[in-house]
Amino acid sequence: MRHLVALVAFLAFLLLSPLLLGVVNRVKAVFAGRTGAPLLQPYRDLRRLLGKQAVYSRTTTWVFRAGPVVGLAAVVAAGLLMSFGGAPALLPFPGDFILFAYLLGLGRFFTALAALDTGSSFEGMGAAREVTFASFAEPALFLCLVVLVRATGSMSLSGMLRAELPEIWHTQGPALLLAAVALLVVALAENARIPVDDPNTHLELTMIHEVMVLDHSGPDLAFIQYGASLKLFLFGALVVRLALGFPFSSTWWSLLAFLGGMALFAVVLGTIESTTARLRLIRVPQLLVAASIMGAFALVLILR
Amino acid sequence: MALWTGFVFVLVVGLDLVVLASSRLRGAIRTVAFQGAVMSALPLLLASEHHQTVHVLALALGALVVKGVVIPGMMLWAMREAAIRRELEPIVGFVPSMVLGAVGVALAFTYSGSLPLPIHARHTLLVPSALSTVWTGLILVMTRRKAVAQVLGFLVVENGIFVFGLLLSDFMPFMVEAGVLLDLLAAIFVMGIVIFHINREFASLDTRRLTSLRD
Amino acid sequence: MIATLVVVAILVTGASGLMAVAFHRRPALGQALACAAMCLGALAGVVAAVAALLAPAAPELALPWSAPGGAFALRVDGLAAFFLFPVLIVPALGSLYGVGYFPQARLGAKAIRLQLFFGLITGSMALVVVAANAILFLAAWEVMALAGFFLVLTEHQERDAQRAAFVYLAAAHAGNLALFAMFALLGRMAGSYDFSAMAGLAAAGGAATAVVALALCGFGMKAGILPLHFWLPGAHSSAPSHVSALMSGVMLKIGVYGLLRVAGFFRAPPAAWGTAMLVLGGVSAVLGVAFALAQHDVKRLLAYHSVENIGIIAMGMGLALLGRARGDAALVFLGFAAAVLHTVNHATFKSLLFLGAGAVIHATGTRDLDHLGGLSRAMPRTAALFLVGAAAICGLPPLNGFASEWLVYLASLRTVFDVGAAPHPHIAAVAAPVLALVGGLAAACFVKVFGTIFLGHPRSHHAQHAHEASASMLAPMLVLAVVCAAIGLFPAALLPALARAAAGWSGLPLEGLGRSAAEAGNSAWRVSAVAAALIVVGLAVALLRRRLLRRPQPGAETWGCGFARPTARMQYTGSSVAGMLVGSFRWAFFPHTKVVAPHGVFPHRSMYSTYVPDTALERGIVPALSWLAQLAARARSRFLGAVQFQALLLVSGLVALLLWLAFGGVQ
Repeated sequence: MRHLVALVAFLAFLLLSPLLLGVVNRVKAVFAGRTGAPLLQPYRDLRRLLGKQAVYSRTTTWVFRAGPVVGLAAVVAAGLLMSFGGAPALLPFPGDFILFAYLLGLGRFFTALAALDTGSSFEGMGAAREVTFASFAEPALFLCLVVLVRATGSMSLSGMLRAELPEIWHTQGPALLLAAVALLVVALAENARIPVDDPNTHLELTMIHEVMVLDHSGPDLAFIQYGASLKLFLFGALVVRLALGFPFSSTWWSLLAFLGGMALFAVVLGTIESTTARLRLIRVPQLLVAASIMGAFALVLILR
Repeated sequence: MALWTGFVFVLVVGLDLVVLASSRLRGAIRTVAFQGAVMSALPLLLASEHHQTVHVLALALGALVVKGVVIPGMMLWAMREAAIRRELEPIVGFVPSMVLGAVGVALAFTYSGSLPLPIHARHTLLVPSALSTVWTGLILVMTRRKAVAQVLGFLVVENGIFVFGLLLSDFMPFMVEAGVLLDLLAAIFVMGIVIFHINREFASLDTRRLTSLRD
Repeated sequence: MIATLVVVAILVTGASGLMAVAFHRRPALGQALACAAMCLGALAGVVAAVAALLAPAAPELALPWSAPGGAFALRVDGLAAFFLFPVLIVPALGSLYGVGYFPQARLGAKAIRLQLFFGLITGSMALVVVAANAILFLAAWEVMALAGFFLVLTEHQERDAQRAAFVYLAAAHAGNLALFAMFALLGRMAGSYDFSAMAGLAAAGGAATAVVALALCGFGMKAGILPLHFWLPGAHSSAPSHVSALMSGVMLKIGVYGLLRVAGFFRAPPAAWGTAMLVLGGVSAVLGVAFALAQHDVKRLLAYHSVENIGIIAMGMGLALLGRARGDAALVFLGFAAAVLHTVNHATFKSLLFLGAGAVIHATGTRDLDHLGGLSRAMPRTAALFLVGAAAICGLPPLNGFASEWLVYLASLRTVFDVGAAPHPHIAAVAAPVLALVGGLAAACFVKVFGTIFLGHPRSHHAQHAHEASASMLAPMLVLAVVCAAIGLFPAALLPALARAAAGWSGLPLEGLGRSAAEAGNSAWRVSAVAAALIVVGLAVALLRRRLLRRPQPGAETWGCGFARPTARMQYTGSSVAGMLVGSFRWAFFPHTKVVAPHGVFPHRSMYSTYVPDTALERGIVPALSWLAQLAARARSRFLGAVQFQALLLVSGLVALLLWLAFGGVQ
């Protein structure tokens, strides 16, 4: 039974991630006073891109063609380890969150290499910024996860995000709150949302992720966009389950509540993107160091 | 109840770190104001049975008004009058001062249990938050270049002493009020800065002479 | 029988260089025979090591030897067997590589010398690993250090090589002094110089602390733990690439072996030792990778990455010592397995990287990253193999770097839980985020390295005329890449053997260690399952892409934002990619910058170059030693003639010693 729920959750992850992006864009449009694109627009974009040709720069080699493939495969494999809505993951084991983080790192590594393969200074700049900010975000992510390990006594993501999380809030509330805020900041940084990066523009000033994929087109771009939405769903699942663990006894109700929580997360994300300005580039490491410090503070609180 | 008090203490320490990271003086002043306002709830949360409710309520209200409204308002007015702009890069740098603050917070939280205090603290997080806040204020005083930022650091030290004073309020009922009154000292500093700036600019303290200026 | 096979391996590899000398009139044959001897010796040794791992008790051998206090005693226990794998395999592959990279037919006497000392260093390293007597250990250690000196000095006409070799020799001998003192103390504590007598020593008291401090100085100097790493970058960058692979991949590990062996002598080490080792390891790891980010000489960069990985190994060792302090069998297993597995893994991927870098240097003639570029067109196989090594060193799944780093994480997380007689020092939990930081920085560095060397456009004429490496250079790299992938895909296979080795090292019963090995093994099989899923999904996506893009796709120039004629110099260089991170670490660096700034509206040729020297060497060791040298010079000049004064000192020392021995002295 638990395996069936896990499978359904994984399928929901694969199918509903672009909808998350659709909700975010809709919220941003509402804030801007527009009607905005339909909620299912990202799916239409993906279908359009899959049908197109791709133009390849003559400088690129097989690394450029492999980048999107490896990136997507890595994110899908990471999804096998994540627990969605309190349901167990498809392949949980103690220490799986380490593999989760490093699989995302594998995707990032190959995307950055594909960017450098084009021999252009724009993509090089994007790749440099991406790997720099990732190095600052990784310790923050691990500090929050270690806090969860200690709070729940389990070394697996499925154990950390299980149904008893709301009770742990009663005893370790402040530490978990700090960890949740730090994880939200890390999620913003890793998914290249405002205030770290602007996913809408392709201008030099605001580019990190968007400029890394500037030269990709056609199905490659479809894989990259789909992979980005999957990654957003994964981080959202972590933050939502940590912040809003619904203590339902039935696993199906938990899953539904989780999906509602994900929609709420998308609304919150859209609100943050519409009300904050993008940080100056040199302030982004300071933001991530602040997230690490919050995580370290949470760790000190929970180890007392 | 203890859980919500814990949230408040953690929020106070979190605001300390935010102040260390701000480069904008106005934002830092508003953060310290918010911290003072949050702290004013602590006497209510920590009150034990044999305290008079009126006394505790008056204390909380007084702290809210003075720390949250009056002193920050005066500082913002002083900044407007003296046209003080944003903080220059501090002597230690924003990220290192954040890290320094964080190290102090970690040490305070880890080792405050082994401090020999004669009075038993009513909440486990009280002493560490007080120590962290005092440490943050001292870092601000030591590393910032502008006088307004140093006064801000003094205010943060004040807040820390206020929290620490809550430890003693059973025994010395006016201790905390005395702490609140120390804020007046900060107000005097602020007035001094404004006077110094006006005096330096116009070689006179008489603000009526300002109206005779022509463009 | 097993031990005899090991002796045979030592002799055959040690003497392999003599083949090159004997056949110096027929250089190709001589080199081929030397290489064959190395490979045969390595094969014998590997077979013996596998047999030793499967044997119920550790094989021993004792031969008569007339050294005072010394005995030719060998013991191949689990720890030694694991270390024999990299010690023998990497030099054998290196000698195969040398056939194409450093051919005797073209380079004559230099190549003969290199092969002679290459064989000698391999044999002596293997002897160090299996020695069971302190005198034998020290003798083999000296031979190893001296052979290393001659290997670094292969290109003896270059000033950089001369300086690097001198620094290496000074550092190695300073370390050796510490080792002599340490073994003297250990001999006193145990009553004999045999390792079997030194087992189970008490860890309390000043003598034990002194032993550990001396071990950290001596073995730490050889291993390259910060701040004793200062000889590493110069020595590894001046030596030929297969020698660098041997030094970085194997010789540093002998220092790690020494630390593990000495730590294994003590029965119940205090937690302070483990914490100290953990902290030293963490600092080495972070600063090592920070210095690597700032380099643009590819071999210096790889040398600093060795410092980083030795730091990770030291973190594993520290966690194992913490486990022994608290009697926590699971922590001991995880820390020990992490340290030993990372040793083997680092030997494979670091050698792979150095051999790849050697192929690039051989093809282009330059070591500078910012003069290379676009080499994956001219050298596609080298690029692919280098990519495997780069992904492995960053700890990316499904390669072997992830497997050992994962074990370090598990060990560090174990300390978050209060287990055993007393809770672990919770500071050990910070090892996990520190390791995450190191992993992120390493990924940034290798994006820089691989991207600058192999991707984009060639940045100079060096890179434009590159050629693919020869088969003898590619074959060893392929073998190493296959090993990386194999260990990475099936890490669970090695865990039971590691548990047995840990039981021998720590003295804890095998049941507890075996249980935690089984638990870790279950998780490791799940890791393999996820790795398999990753490969399957990747293949599926690639097939989908191929189906969607069946026709050949149009090509175009890279989008240059409107530049009419983008040049190759407009690309991001390696220094630019690492620029922001190097800026964050500027409190640790003291860069030398040379700038010729552009003036005027139509400026002439201007120039900007930076060079980040090693801080420990340039700001610490060299000034301190210069000051000491000045003092010594001042002392010398007071007296008449250097020789007479030194003779006077010698005679007074001897007289003092004789007087002390005559009137009291040693009982």
